[in-house]
Amino acid sequence: MGAEGIGARVVRKEDGRFITGAGQYTDDVFERQMCAAVFVRSPHAHAKVVSIDPSAAKEMPGVIDVIVGQDIIDAGIGNLICGWAIQSKDGTPMKMAPYNVMDPGTVRYVGQPVAMVIAETRAEAEDAAEAVDVEYDPQPALTDFANYASGPVVHPGTADDNMICDWQLGDEAATDAAFASAAHVVEISLRNNRLVPNAMEPRSAVAQFNRAEDHTTLWTTSQNPHVARLVLSAFYNVAPEHKLRVIAPDVGGGFGSKIYIYPEEIACCYAAKRVGRPVKWTADRTEAFMTDAHGRDHVTKAKMAFDADHRITGFKVDTIANLGAYMSLFSSATPTYLYATLLSGQYDIPNIYANVKLVYSHTTPVDAYRGAGRPEATFLVERTMETAARQFGMSPIELRRKNFITQFPHQTPVLMNYDPSDFHGLMDKALAAIDFDGYPARKAESERRGMLRGIGFSSYIEACGIAPSQAVGSLGAGVGLWESAEIRVNPVGTIEVLSGCHSHGQSHETTYAQIVAHRFGVPMSNVSIVHGDTDKVQFGMGTYGSRSGPVGGGAIAKALDKVEAKAKLIAAHLMEADAGDIEIEGGELKVAGTDKKLAWHEVCLAAYTAHNLPEGMEPGLKETSFYDPANFTFPAGTFICEVEVDPNTGVTTIVNFVAVDDFGIIINPMVVEGQVHGGLAQGIGQALLEGCVYDDEGQLLTASYMDYAMPRADDLPSFGLDHLEVPNPNNPLGVKGCGEAGAIGAPPAVINAITDAIGTNDLQMPATPEKVWRAIQSTKMPMAAE
Amino acid sequence: MSEVKLTVNGRNISKSVSDRTLLVELLREELGLTGTHVGCDTSQCGACTVHIDGNAVKSCTVLAAQVSGSSVTTIEGLAKGDTLHPMQEAFRTHHGLQCGFCTPGMIMMGVDIVNRHPEGLDETTIRKELEGNICRCTGYHNIVKAIAAAAEDMRAGATSLAAE
Ligand code: FES
Ligand code: FES
Repeated sequence: MGAEGIGARVVRKEDGRFITGAGQYTDDVFERQMCAAVFVRSPHAHAKVVSIDPSAAKEMPGVIDVIVGQDIIDAGIGNLICGWAIQSKDGTPMKMAPYNVMDPGTVRYVGQPVAMVIAETRAEAEDAAEAVDVEYDPQPALTDFANYASGPVVHPGTADDNMICDWQLGDEAATDAAFASAAHVVEISLRNNRLVPNAMEPRSAVAQFNRAEDHTTLWTTSQNPHVARLVLSAFYNVAPEHKLRVIAPDVGGGFGSKIYIYPEEIACCYAAKRVGRPVKWTADRTEAFMTDAHGRDHVTKAKMAFDADHRITGFKVDTIANLGAYMSLFSSATPTYLYATLLSGQYDIPNIYANVKLVYSHTTPVDAYRGAGRPEATFLVERTMETAARQFGMSPIELRRKNFITQFPHQTPVLMNYDPSDFHGLMDKALAAIDFDGYPARKAESERRGMLRGIGFSSYIEACGIAPSQAVGSLGAGVGLWESAEIRVNPVGTIEVLSGCHSHGQSHETTYAQIVAHRFGVPMSNVSIVHGDTDKVQFGMGTYGSRSGPVGGGAIAKALDKVEAKAKLIAAHLMEADAGDIEIEGGELKVAGTDKKLAWHEVCLAAYTAHNLPEGMEPGLKETSFYDPANFTFPAGTFICEVEVDPNTGVTTIVNFVAVDDFGIIINPMVVEGQVHGGLAQGIGQALLEGCVYDDEGQLLTASYMDYAMPRADDLPSFGLDHLEVPNPNNPLGVKGCGEAGAIGAPPAVINAITDAIGTNDLQMPATPEKVWRAIQSTKMPMAAE
Repeated sequence: MSEVKLTVNGRNISKSVSDRTLLVELLREELGLTGTHVGCDTSQCGACTVHIDGNAVKSCTVLAAQVSGSSVTTIEGLAKGDTLHPMQEAFRTHHGLQCGFCTPGMIMMGVDIVNRHPEGLDETTIRKELEGNICRCTGYHNIVKAIAAAAEDMRAGATSLAAE
């Protein structure tokens, strides 16, 4: 492999610019003549827009223009869409309501834009935005989405019962039959709290229109610039695809929130053309809280059937998923195909039935957030397992072990066909890592100090690298989910890798270069990664769902195959050998069993001088691959969390946390560990701290870092990590993906640990000290009555 | 409008700015020092942290006019030529960054933490001192390691300088 190949702990190539302040994020783009845009946003969750009078604003210093929703409609710019069509169980299509860039008639969530002010400076635009006179007629709002049917209607005429889709998966009759003959039934009801992704870089867009060429350039904070260009051109009519360049430069985190195309990007493209100058908009943090797509937000009732031997025989799930005021780009896929398909967890469950009701409410649109559907599924499955173990008076480890899948491939009743992993092995390693044998002594020691200690488990599975295109197409996806890669070998032997994936913290510049270094034995410093610009890379689907490794990396591997084959042909020709006898090692092409060899760069130069190539061969060394995997990949892991709860204050401290994952082959352990750390922080954040709160009128009460509890350094422990590498048989690198694991596996581990510590199962996320303290008090009630 | 005179990364700057111009705006928009980032509007995230006269300050919270006469160091001014500051090196070695957006603020804060704790740093102290800086990517695990390692290097560096 060499010091830099697959499996090496190489420090990152991209760090040089970030640690010196030389990163180039969208807000760092300053074009000549650039002006600033600020949006006027609704203060109401639901209101009729009676009138908008921009005249006073237009007189303010520095103001260039004020744009309202009708202007955008008149310009022929289309509505925003949801790109994944699903059907209700009765066969009717989901009810997608019109989603205007700025709705001229009605606003449906706090923060929805109604007008855009363009001024010389941002400060001037902010002042003028205050002066835009909007008259609203406030209406009652629906925020209690669990009671969607009795609330005010969000989209009259489209969904009069606020139901977008009443969707199902699995065999209801067979599942009911399993319950009819069950020895034990365990019931649970829970809420998966609503979160804000909170990438540290706020969303931003800079649009520039070149009149001479009728061409628009958009710099934007996007996880998938090509899909943005496709959607902006094909559906929103912002510009023709070949006249639109989308650049996603350095992007400061996404976690899902930057997958989507938002009204502001569309408005900036329109405005740049209208005012004839580059237009920049950058969200402030409160705008980000109000308008970045939120995540999660489910309420669920479920029951699990067991036979007399505590083997699971059935699982029945009823979920209501809030999608907010409008259907965001992939919102319909998250609580359906990305959620219910993972309800089998790591367990052999013969019968599963899930019913998911997708509903509207007067809240910010909800879409995929780190893990997207899989955290919701895992939280439900793992909370149910723990509850069941307690109900049976059994060890949660034993209950899991009894039900683990051990034969692969394994077909679940909910579409997925799992590739090999080793669930017992993961549990074994996790128990060793946390020193489970020492736990009773640690617990006793805590008790001596008057503290409550608990331990909680979570054995998750997820589906990464969503694919293949044909399968997702049959399930309603509007796009294919392959990935492209182009390998350009220069005459001097340096290599450029063009990828359709996008890195916003995932370290592609390093790990992709490692894949190339591994293959050819060239130094990583001779490899550069090009991504994030639709003028440089022809097409790609971007980065989310941990697809960069399995799908993006797979595409690179496939393109490298082609480069390797051609390089070998050239080398064989030059050395008068058989191509089958050429081996590439340490940057040299050698004839096996002889001392004949050529350096990598000599072969590359020969490809370009073309003085002596095999008969009929085209000069050059550049190959492309469009790789469409045969299946998802299935990373899995066991997390164990040990907490100490102070019964007097309800404060939970995580004293030990171990995560043992099977990510298949690991390209760079340092990078993978970093991904896990970040995911764990988000998962623990969800369990202990984070949550959006809307009041009854639909005001977002958590719209700043003063109100929304982001995990900070002293809220978190250091983590203990370990891995098991069961290679994925279905992709060229054997990788599975690691980006979401932490966020998926952590919440149930934490809540299971706290409920174990305090002796009651009734605890909802986020488990704030107040909630935990109240839960402790509730367990003491019978004593008080004594 | 105010006349603001500053030393920024060792360079003397004299600018006339509107009274409400924040230091971070002056740095980013007037001086092109875009390494200092804005992550929030409530002085909570620390992405904008710079040093003013040697102390870490959130540059989104001070007016440019207010700090006239001061010496400001931003992330762009931390390295000595091509030689990275030990804190920068440590963030790279320990993978203390992913998207890199919080990183300039984290590094500037890290240097300040070490400077204020000549007695040495343990994990609990580092975590407590980092409360004003948010990172969404790294889970802090490696940032804490990086600061601890840099503290050692900075001390060793200081000793070797003293010995010269
Ligand atoms: S931008 Fe200054 S603290 Fe957030
Ligand atoms: S590295 Fe992305 S926010 Fe810290």
